[in-house]
Amino acid sequence: MKRLLLTAVLACTATALADVRVGVIVSGTGPAASLGIPERNTVALLPQTIAGQKVVYTILDDASDTTAAVTAARKLVQENKVDLIIGTTTTPASLAMIDVAAESKTPMISLAASESIIKPVDARRSWVFKTPQTDALMAAAIAAHMASTGIKTVGYIGFNDAYGEGWLAELQKAAATRGLKIVATERYARTDTSVTGQVLKVVAARPDAVLIGASGVPAVLPQKALKDRGYAGKIYQTHGVANADFLRVGGKDVEGAILPAGPVLVADQLPATNPNRKVGLSYVNLYEGKYGQGSVSTFGAHLWDAGLILQKAVPQALKKAKPGTPEFRSALRDAIEGTRNVIGAHGIFNYSSSDHLGLDARSRVMVQVVNGTWKLLK
Amino acid sequence: MDIFDPSIFPILTADGLTNGAVYALLSLALVLVFAVTRVIFVPQGEFVMFGALTLAALQQGKVPGTLNFVLALLLIATVLNVVRALRAGDRRAAGLSVLWAVLGGGALWGITHALAGAGTPLWVQVLLTLLLVVPQGPLLYRVVFEPLRNATVLVLLIASVALHLALTGLGLAFFGAEGSRTPAFAQGNAQIAGVTLSLQSLLVIGVSALLMLGLALFFGRTLAGKALRATAVNRLGARLVGIRPEAAGSLAFTLAALIGALSGLLIGPSIAIGYDSGFLIGLKGFIGAIIGGLVSFPAAAVGALLVGLIESYASFSLSQWKEVIVFTLILPVLLWRSLSSRHHDEEEE
Repeated sequence: MKRLLLTAVLACTATALADVRVGVIVSGTGPAASLGIPERNTVALLPQTIAGQKVVYTILDDASDTTAAVTAARKLVQENKVDLIIGTTTTPASLAMIDVAAESKTPMISLAASESIIKPVDARRSWVFKTPQTDALMAAAIAAHMASTGIKTVGYIGFNDAYGEGWLAELQKAAATRGLKIVATERYARTDTSVTGQVLKVVAARPDAVLIGASGVPAVLPQKALKDRGYAGKIYQTHGVANADFLRVGGKDVEGAILPAGPVLVADQLPATNPNRKVGLSYVNLYEGKYGQGSVSTFGAHLWDAGLILQKAVPQALKKAKPGTPEFRSALRDAIEGTRNVIGAHGIFNYSSSDHLGLDARSRVMVQVVNGTWKLLK
Repeated sequence: MDIFDPSIFPILTADGLTNGAVYALLSLALVLVFAVTRVIFVPQGEFVMFGALTLAALQQGKVPGTLNFVLALLLIATVLNVVRALRAGDRRAAGLSVLWAVLGGGALWGITHALAGAGTPLWVQVLLTLLLVVPQGPLLYRVVFEPLRNATVLVLLIASVALHLALTGLGLAFFGAEGSRTPAFAQGNAQIAGVTLSLQSLLVIGVSALLMLGLALFFGRTLAGKALRATAVNRLGARLVGIRPEAAGSLAFTLAALIGALSGLLIGPSIAIGYDSGFLIGLKGFIGAIIGGLVSFPAAAVGALLVGLIESYASFSLSQWKEVIVFTLILPVLLWRSLSSRHHDEEEE
C-alpha cells in the first residue's frame, strides 16, 4: 500500500517532465494474488532510468477482476498518459484489455498465459505482446517427456475453470501428436475439501501417468489423494505450481512430481553454457535480496522479462519521438516488435510481426520435486 | 465402473460423511445465529479459514495477524461500551469496561507472544488458536451487529455480506495469497468393515459428533442454553422474563466462532486452506441450514450430511457437474418449504 501511494505521488510530481511512463496492472488481490504479488514486488527492482530518461511506474491492482482491469487500463491511458502497459496477471482480464490498448494505440505486454492473447496478430493484437510461455508450449513439453519415458495412457484431473479446461484442451492436442491415450478426465474445484471420488475413478482407469491441471497449493490435494489410494504411476503437474508455497504445503506428498517450468526456477542448476542462467540468477538474487531468502517465484520473472524488453526498446523509440506522444508509443511498439535475442529469465525473446510470444523450446525445462526442492531433469 | 461397486461405495460414503460432519457443524452455527439474532451469518466460513490459518502461522513460529485484529476489535468495542456507559451516566461501568479490555487485551498479547515461538506442543497451539479466534465472535457482534439489532433481516444480511468481504481481505493481508496446511492430529489408517479409513477422518467424525452432543446438552440442560432457545422462539417474550437479547446474541456469536474455528482445525490437515477458502465451505453448511429451514437443528445437521454425501457421490460419477448438483439441491428444498410451511411475517414483534 505504501509503495502504491509512493508511486502515485511520484507520478504526480513528475508529470511536468517528459518521463517515460509505464503503467503496471497486476492481480494483487483475489484468486490470482499468488501470481500478482510477486509481479508487483518485481516492479520495485526495475531500473528507474533507461538511456538517461527517467521512468515512472504506476501500479494498479485489478483484484483478479476483468472489469476492474479494463477500468485500470483506461485510467492509466487517460489520466496517467502512459507510454506502455504491462499486465495483467490473468488471461480473461488481459483479453479484455486488448481493446483499450488498440483504441488508445498503447503498446501492452501481458503477463498471462493463454495463446489467444497474442494470436492471431490482427489489427487489435498488433499492440499486444506477452512474456509467459503458453499452455501449448508447456503441454507439448509434458507430452514429449511422457512419450520419451514409455508412457502410453494418461489420466487427467484438473480445475473446473478456465485454467483446468485450457490445460485439458492443450493436453488433448499434444497427446494426439505423441500417440498418447487419455483414459480419464476428472474435474475438481480449487476450494474442494476432498477429491477422493475423482481419484478413485482415475486410479480405476489404470493410467501410466496422471497430469494434474491445477495451480498453486490446491494442486497438492489430488497428488496426496492419488498417493493415499496407492497410485504408483508418474504424476505430472503444470508450471502453475512452480512456487515455494507448493513445496511448503505439499511436503512429502508432492515428492516426485514432474513439471515443465521456466529456466529461472532452477537457474543455479543450469549448465554454465545456458544463456538464461546468468539472467535468472541475477533476478533471483535481486528479488531475494529485497524480499528474503526463498521468496522468489517464477511469476515475478515474467514481469522482469517485460522490463528487459522495455530496456531494449525504449532507447530505439527515443530516437524517433518524445515520450508522452502518440508517435513515441507507435515507435515503442515497433521497437518491441523488433526485439531480437533478448535473453530473459524465462527464455530468449525474438518477436516478429507474426509472433508476439517470441519464445521457443529454450523457454522451458523439465523439473522434478526431489527432497523438497526443484531438481532439473537432464 | 459402477458407483455401487463394493470397493468404491464405502470409501465414497466415508469420505462424504467426513466432509458432511464439518458442514453439519457449520450449519448448526448458522441456524443458531439466525434463530437468536436473525443474522444470516455469511462470514461463518471465515472463522474456519481464520482457525486453520492461525494454527498454520503458529506452526511456522509466527505471531498470527489475527492477534492484532482481535486487539483492534477489542479497542472499538471498548470505545462503544464506554460511550454507551457515559451517556447513561454510569462512570463505574465505563471504567470497568476499560479495565477489562486492558487486562484481557494485555493478557492475550502477552500469552501469544510468549507462546508463538517454534517448538510449542501442538495442543498448546490449538488452544492458543481458539483463544485468538473465538473472541472475534462476540466482538464482531458487539461492533457490527449489536448497533443494528433493530434493523430488518435484509439490512442485517447486507452487513453480513460486507463483513464477509472485509474478513476475506483481512485474511489475505494476514496470511498471504497462498494457502497452508496444518499437521494431522492423528497419523495412520484404520480398518473398519474392510474399508481403509484415515484416523484423521475418524477424528473429524468423532469430534463433530461429540460437539453436536455437547450442543444438545447445552441447549437442553443449562440455563444459558435454555435462555438462547427462549430468545430463538420469541425475542420479546424472552426479554420480558429477563433475558437480555444482547447477551443472547453475544453468546450465539461466541458459539459460532468456536464451531467455525474447530471446523477449521479439523479440516486443516486434509486440504490447504487459503484466505478465500472459507466462503464455499460455509456455503455448503448454509445449504444444510436451509434444508433445516434455518430453525431446526436436527434437520440442518441431516441436511448438511446429505450435502457431504451427494458431493462425494457426484464427484465420482460426474465430477464436472459436481458443484451444479450440490447447489441445485437447494431448489427443490426451497420449493417444498414454500409450499409446506405457513407464511409468517419476518417482523412479527
